[in-house]
Amino acid sequence: MVERMLCGSGLSDEPSPGPKFEKGMSGQSGPADFRGHMLDLDEDEDLEVFSKTETRQDNIELSSLQKECAKDAHGVVSLIQNTSMADGSPMPNSPGSMVNQYRLEEDDEEQKDANFKDLFITVDNPESHVTAIETFIMYRVMTKTTRSEFDSSEYEVRRRYQDFLWLRSRLEENHPTLIVHPLPEKFVMKGMVERFNDDFIETRRKALHRFLNKISEHPILSYSQHFKVFLTAEELLSHKKQGPGFLSRMGETVRAVANSVRGLRNRPEEFTLMQEYVEDFSNKICSVDKVTQRIIKEQKEYLDELKQYSPAYTQWAGSEEELAEPLKGVASCVERCSKETEEQIHHLSEVLVPALHEYVLCAETLKAVMRRRDNIQAEFEAKNEALASRKVDQEAVFSHWFVCFDWQLQEEVDGLADKVELANNALKGDWCRWRNSMRTDLKSAFISTAEKNMEYYEKVSSPLKTNTFFFNHTVKPQNFS
Amino acid sequence: MRMMMADSGSNEEVAVIGNTDITPAESENNIINTVVPLVALCDRNILRFKLPMVERGTALLRKMEISVAEAEKRMGKNTVNIQETYTVYLVETRPAETVPEGGTPAAPDTLWRRYSEFELLRTYLLVTYPYIIIPPLPEKRAEFVWHKLSADNLDPDFVERRRVGLENFLLRVASHAVLSKDKIFFLFLTEEKGWREAVLETGFQDKADSRLKSLSAMFRVKNPDKRFTALKQYSDELNTVISQLLRVRARVADRLYGVYKVHGNYGRVFSEWSAIEKEMGDGLQSAGHHMDTYATSIDDILEEEEHYADQLKEYLFYTDAVRSVCRKHELIQYELEIAAQDLAYKKQQKEELVTGTVRVFSLKGMTSKLFGQESQEQRESRLAALEQSIQEGEESLKEKNRECQEFVRTAWEDIERFKEQKDKDLREALISYAIMQISMCKKGVQVWSNAKECFNKM
Repeated sequence: MVERMLCGSGLSDEPSPGPKFEKGMSGQSGPADFRGHMLDLDEDEDLEVFSKTETRQDNIELSSLQKECAKDAHGVVSLIQNTSMADGSPMPNSPGSMVNQYRLEEDDEEQKDANFKDLFITVDNPESHVTAIETFIMYRVMTKTTRSEFDSSEYEVRRRYQDFLWLRSRLEENHPTLIVHPLPEKFVMKGMVERFNDDFIETRRKALHRFLNKISEHPILSYSQHFKVFLTAEELLSHKKQGPGFLSRMGETVRAVANSVRGLRNRPEEFTLMQEYVEDFSNKICSVDKVTQRIIKEQKEYLDELKQYSPAYTQWAGSEEELAEPLKGVASCVERCSKETEEQIHHLSEVLVPALHEYVLCAETLKAVMRRRDNIQAEFEAKNEALASRKVDQEAVFSHWFVCFDWQLQEEVDGLADKVELANNALKGDWCRWRNSMRTDLKSAFISTAEKNMEYYEKVSSPLKTNTFFFNHTVKPQNFS
Repeated sequence: MRMMMADSGSNEEVAVIGNTDITPAESENNIINTVVPLVALCDRNILRFKLPMVERGTALLRKMEISVAEAEKRMGKNTVNIQETYTVYLVETRPAETVPEGGTPAAPDTLWRRYSEFELLRTYLLVTYPYIIIPPLPEKRAEFVWHKLSADNLDPDFVERRRVGLENFLLRVASHAVLSKDKIFFLFLTEEKGWREAVLETGFQDKADSRLKSLSAMFRVKNPDKRFTALKQYSDELNTVISQLLRVRARVADRLYGVYKVHGNYGRVFSEWSAIEKEMGDGLQSAGHHMDTYATSIDDILEEEEHYADQLKEYLFYTDAVRSVCRKHELIQYELEIAAQDLAYKKQQKEELVTGTVRVFSLKGMTSKLFGQESQEQRESRLAALEQSIQEGEESLKEKNRECQEFVRTAWEDIERFKEQKDKDLREALISYAIMQISMCKKGVQVWSNAKECFNKM
């Protein structure tokens, strides 16, 4: 058992039947172990997910990742049921091989998403709400869907930023090693004078819109019960009250800290590599973001000077006769340059900066995901060591006449072992998806910027090219030798 | 003396734009849109600063070609016996004959001149030809700089631009109908030693001092010549607008430099980033290279723009020369008015003396009233003196009048010539500036198009 858990690099293609059978025979795990798990006890989603796999064969979104997730809510029972149907025939795809398949068909998955888009969400219409205690902004969230789990095909609700925060934290709780797209920040440090400044609200609205769309495109997260509630419930407050309370979350954090202090014994190499990548990526994307901000700053200063440059030519033209025309020609070119520079700045701020910023936040999300994965593994290792030392003690005392076996501890360890495997596989699957998404998003932002810059130069030179003075008043015929 | 073959008697202007050295292949390869024939044959060679080619209209230029070929640093002791570093410029002259087939061109005559010698030459010309708008020298110290350029006189870029400016100055003088005939100018080009003495021998120094004094003096002209007043006003306006333009241009250049250079950071970061990516790696890396290209391209762009700025600066300095001519005219006019006034006063005095009436208060008149009339002899001698003075005055006035008219005639001739020259030169400067901008935009489109292709490969 211990060996199985420690062979990190390989995929577990087929879950070995041994331990699971044992677990199955033993019964349920204790309630205490569920506190730190990915999935929530109260979650109904897993039941739904489970039932869906039998009826909706064509929905390949419900990959093994979901089935893996489904395991925990019902303890190991559902896992056994996963491996074979009630009538004994094996499930169409075993979880393990599905994971493989899922990992290899990363590109196809994108297309499947595109083809199967059945959930359309928009965030718009920010409105100020004033109460006795506070003022805040409510955004309208509109949903159109053909999914059968939704009672209606259209929904319109109003949500505030806090509601988005709630949604995201629930999603992260339930899927600690999935990569949940980040939300725009609570507030921007620099240059923020007024919280309800129009630009700030618009930037936030766009980011919230992107957030919900990213979730809706995620093969697992989009089926989250919390997500559905967020999109459909008239009033969110009652739903917010459910779920693990503050104390349980505290407990989780304490354990996480304890585990991280203890350190990981043997992190699988692929996750070490992933960790390194995340660190590097975070540095690089932050740098690109900084460079872009700096470019905008320089462009703005350039624009300020340009605005004084054109009038200088115009003023000169006023004193001249023959030269008035070419001077005005240059003046109009400089004016055009001003206008286009302004647009270029706008484009950078609206397209490239938000895209880069999103991935700066993503990098932080990735770091958190890696930490959580590590914690899950650390927790398992701690329990596993405890078990091993217990056995040593017991063996020493009781020798080999009868083996005293701590069933409960063994079960706990096995449960944690499964949890680690689930977490790792979930992350691996989502990792590829995220990498592709990152590549697509940033590629498109860079291309858009390059196109805008090409357009900029074309537009700046066009008044000169069409200016009749420069066209006609060329110099005398050239001497061709 | 054999004439240059190219000079068939008509004044040919070689275009600022247009390069006889461009091959058909090169012109085909040019990426600039042929819709604009103006730029159809553009390439880097053309955009390199070309002096407004002066017409070979003077005898001097028909005889010889003039250039300032090189600049060199020298060390020497100055007037207060301290070692200093200074720059000397090589003035080359060669006969303007065409080279016979298979022959070698004659070696040029050369001599070295310091900037201060150019200044001396110019001061001499200013004093000797006050009715001519004397071409300006390039600036002594770099003004209107943006941050990249050093204002150091020994900076190689500055020295190079100064070399070009000095050559331009010589060519302008050499192509001037009047100035080109000056002997001292000819000696400047041909006699390295002994030139300084020759200049001083002309005695222009005295005239220089009095000129300086008079130009700074305050006086008011009663009947100003409207044309000159308008010209002075225009000259002042031109000075103001070009100064403003150069100031803003320098700031714009500085900012543009910043924008381009920051993009170089993309190059570095993309390169580092590409190292950790698989599919994105190549695209990022090559895009990064294009960002580096973009960042370095600004150096050439701004260097070319500097030549444009120099062309404007030349006319900024020209306004001083124009102003100087106007002031000289004012002075002459003023002296004329004073002479006329003087004469009128004397005539009045004579009249009083003859008629015995005192209309004008004079001390003599008062004293004679107080102390008795003067004798008849005294009166007559005074009258004779006065008549003599009046005659001298009339001659002097005639002379001054003639002088003034001559000044106005010659000055105005030169002013018309200058106006034409200014319009032509500045028009060409603006056109070449426009071409520079178009070229810069073309480069910009190219770089970003390349970058886009790389991003597509990400």
